[in-house]
Amino acid sequence: MAIKVHSPGLSTTVQDLGRPGYYHIGIPLSGAMDREALRSANLLVGNDENAAGLEVVFMGPELEFTAPATVAVTGGEIPPKLNGEPRETWTSFAVKAGDVLSFDFLKAGARAYIAVSGGIDVPVVLGSRSTYTLGALGGHQGRKLAAGDELPVGSASKTGAAGRTIPVSLRRMPGSPATLRMLPGLYWHRITEDAGKHFLADTWKVAPEADRIGYRFRGGQKLAFVDRKPPFGAGSDPSNIVDACYPYGSIQVPGGTEPIVLHRDAVSGGGYFMVGTVISADMDLIGQLQPHMPAQFVAVDMAAALKARKDQDALAASVRAALA
Amino acid sequence: MKTRYSFGGDEHIFVECDEEMSLQAFFKGLSITNGVRDSRIKGVTEICPANASFQIKFNPDEIAPDDLLAELKRIEETASKSVASLKTRIIEIPVLYNDPWTHETLMRFRERHQDPSSTDIEYAARINDLGTVDNFIKAHSGAPWFVSMVGFVAGLPFLYQMAERAKQIEVPKYLRPRTDTPKLTVGHGGCFGCIYSVRGAGGYQMFGVTPMPIYDPTQTISYLKDFMVLFRPGDIVKWKPIDREEYDQTVADVEAGKFQPRIRDVSFALDEFEKDIDGYNRKLQEALYGH
Repeated sequence: MAIKVHSPGLSTTVQDLGRPGYYHIGIPLSGAMDREALRSANLLVGNDENAAGLEVVFMGPELEFTAPATVAVTGGEIPPKLNGEPRETWTSFAVKAGDVLSFDFLKAGARAYIAVSGGIDVPVVLGSRSTYTLGALGGHQGRKLAAGDELPVGSASKTGAAGRTIPVSLRRMPGSPATLRMLPGLYWHRITEDAGKHFLADTWKVAPEADRIGYRFRGGQKLAFVDRKPPFGAGSDPSNIVDACYPYGSIQVPGGTEPIVLHRDAVSGGGYFMVGTVISADMDLIGQLQPHMPAQFVAVDMAAALKARKDQDALAASVRAALA
Repeated sequence: MKTRYSFGGDEHIFVECDEEMSLQAFFKGLSITNGVRDSRIKGVTEICPANASFQIKFNPDEIAPDDLLAELKRIEETASKSVASLKTRIIEIPVLYNDPWTHETLMRFRERHQDPSSTDIEYAARINDLGTVDNFIKAHSGAPWFVSMVGFVAGLPFLYQMAERAKQIEVPKYLRPRTDTPKLTVGHGGCFGCIYSVRGAGGYQMFGVTPMPIYDPTQTISYLKDFMVLFRPGDIVKWKPIDREEYDQTVADVEAGKFQPRIRDVSFALDEFEKDIDGYNRKLQEALYGH
């Protein structure tokens, strides 16, 4: 069984839930930007939650299946069509050999996930099938898909039935403005109290430079820094620090102007200060933001971050229960 | 040197050993992270050492963030008594300074540079009072460099010059980062040198290029077969200036699987080093080039 790529879409990559454990040498987590959406798609077709699927950004690919399978498309609303006939998102459907999956224009969100029973069976590299394009690692030849590619699909030990669906209440998508909860910290003390206030009060907009490495935001006021003598090795700009690790989800603000939230293909470190870190429960939401969408950072404490994490786990458990 | 702890969201603790860079700060981080590794704390999923700081990734479902924080502070107490030394390697890296590829790139991004009328290496020579590019190359390749962090992108080493502070090369980063940097560029920003392991964005000044790959995701290059990343924190690097002919020959040798980098095992002790920096560096060079 294989999938033939007729057209690749804008930037379609093979992703599973990620490649933890190598950040200390600069190899990022990778994996789906909206991990819950990929989990849901996998469960719909009967796969393990961590099976590799395809992450589609803004514009869908055109794919042909060489054998029968069950398929599901979740995440952002990029409506699928099978041989030109509409299919529901968040709902499994059957495909036959020779069927062609294509997509309509993006209606909501930013990224869709395609799961196929058996999973995309590219080689496992450092414990994961995820694509890290900057390092030409994993996925299909370490890069986004191109026309003419042929993707191997694993043999399914069990296949989800067609017509299974995930209830609307269990499909989590960002609101407008998107609310991104963050824990202030790291180098928050570098900005003035006033700057901290308007960082949280301002409405930011997703900039065009928003990808798997990081999401850039603009439109808020420039942050003012607390005066200091530059520490040796940091560099002269007030936003510079001695190059350090960047936590996944950390919010750096080079020059104090445009916040960047690092995501699954994060650069693992560098010399810009960070005002804090988006909590783990809200990282999936960022993957569904389109350029120009409004967003607001909301400060929370650790207790609230852990509560949100539990809520996110509970959502995943409900999805499992709904499909059990 | 005061240690500062901060949570990076609900999955990281970020620890700054010192605001400014020094080998003491690096070794303080190293001894604490070694302590964390030896303690095998349940819920700790990854330890990331950096130049003058480090980061611990953890699973808050397995350990309460405040419990881990308390445990790290306890480890810091013990670690502060340990001796700053390590068994490591010295690695020779050939460099073609003033190469055509970084030159083409730096000309393309000239409007993002502090001094659009000169090249990166001319600018660095001038602001470090070294006069000529030749003098700069001598200073850059004279003393060895210490790998104080690996990261940014896959396998990129941050390099700290093993010289007294007054002699360390310092340059600002580009005014605005470039969107392109040739693969294997030897760069510099703040007090840190680096080797860009892959082609991509970057803000460091560009001085040259090495023919010796340091990251190979296909694991086909002879010395990267066992692991795709060459460097680890604590490695020591010695630059070797080469000409175009040797550069081309080395590229061909790497491709043919004939190139073996010069690597020797050495030990490093911070107090010995600081007592006599030039003498210590000479000994390291003897270890690299002697028999």
